[in-house]
Amino acid sequence: MARSFTILVALLLFWLLLSGMFVPFLLAAGVGSAIAVLLFSRRMDVIGGEELPNRLHWFKLLAYGPWLIKEIILAAWDVSKRILHPKLPISPALVEFTPSQTMDAGLVIHANSITLTPGTISVEVEHGRFLVHALSSEAAASLAGSEMDRRCADMEVR
Amino acid sequence: MTTLIDFLSALFLAGGAFFSLVGGIGLVRMPDFYTRMHGASITETLGAGLMLIGLMLLAGLTLVTVKLAMIGLLILFASPTATHALAKAALLSGLKPRLGEQHSTTEVASSKP
Repeated sequence: MARSFTILVALLLFWLLLSGMFVPFLLAAGVGSAIAVLLFSRRMDVIGGEELPNRLHWFKLLAYGPWLIKEIILAAWDVSKRILHPKLPISPALVEFTPSQTMDAGLVIHANSITLTPGTISVEVEHGRFLVHALSSEAAASLAGSEMDRRCADMEVR
Repeated sequence: MTTLIDFLSALFLAGGAFFSLVGGIGLVRMPDFYTRMHGASITETLGAGLMLIGLMLLAGLTLVTVKLAMIGLLILFASPTATHALAKAALLSGLKPRLGEQHSTTEVASSKP
């Protein structure tokens, strides 16, 4: 019940943020939509399926953002150079390795970060096994036990 | 001050356009499905990101900037999920990735006199 209420309030705030207009009709439409979406998601049984993200260290999560953006820019620059290089110097590889996260949230953050970084795509994601497609052997070699892996594992509250 | 912000936003927009173009070129030049997806990931990270920053500079401290930040957040979550689903579906349906050093055959053929 508490979760349903949190979702309702979040949906309402989201509506107000996107609309930015405080006319009675639009406010009523917002309340109606939020309740409708809440009822739909209850019927679809998607509320509270995942563990709550309060088992992550928030400061480490916040510090992770800028670091990830830096990594994305560096990797995108590397891939751009490969794309524009006349010889197209790529050496695709499939790498399987063991991530050091134990929670769903940590694994998802790690896998999403891998995919978000140009040059690497997480293909299969399970507990204790990642299968990653990399554009170059250098990118493939730097996956297992990377700083990204360490940072994602550090975020989890054990 | 306005001209400086205009100049900066133009710089970011041009950068975003450049990386979107590079992603498109990558999409065309790469040899197989999986490597093509790496090209597309440049468009959706640096291309979209730089353009959003450029637009935010133009909008200033308004609700529009908050909405643009929301779009950025949405891209940050949705695009890797979609890319992962695409790659997994391709592998499950039996598409084998080309591995190892690539020497594009069309490239070699066209470079011969």
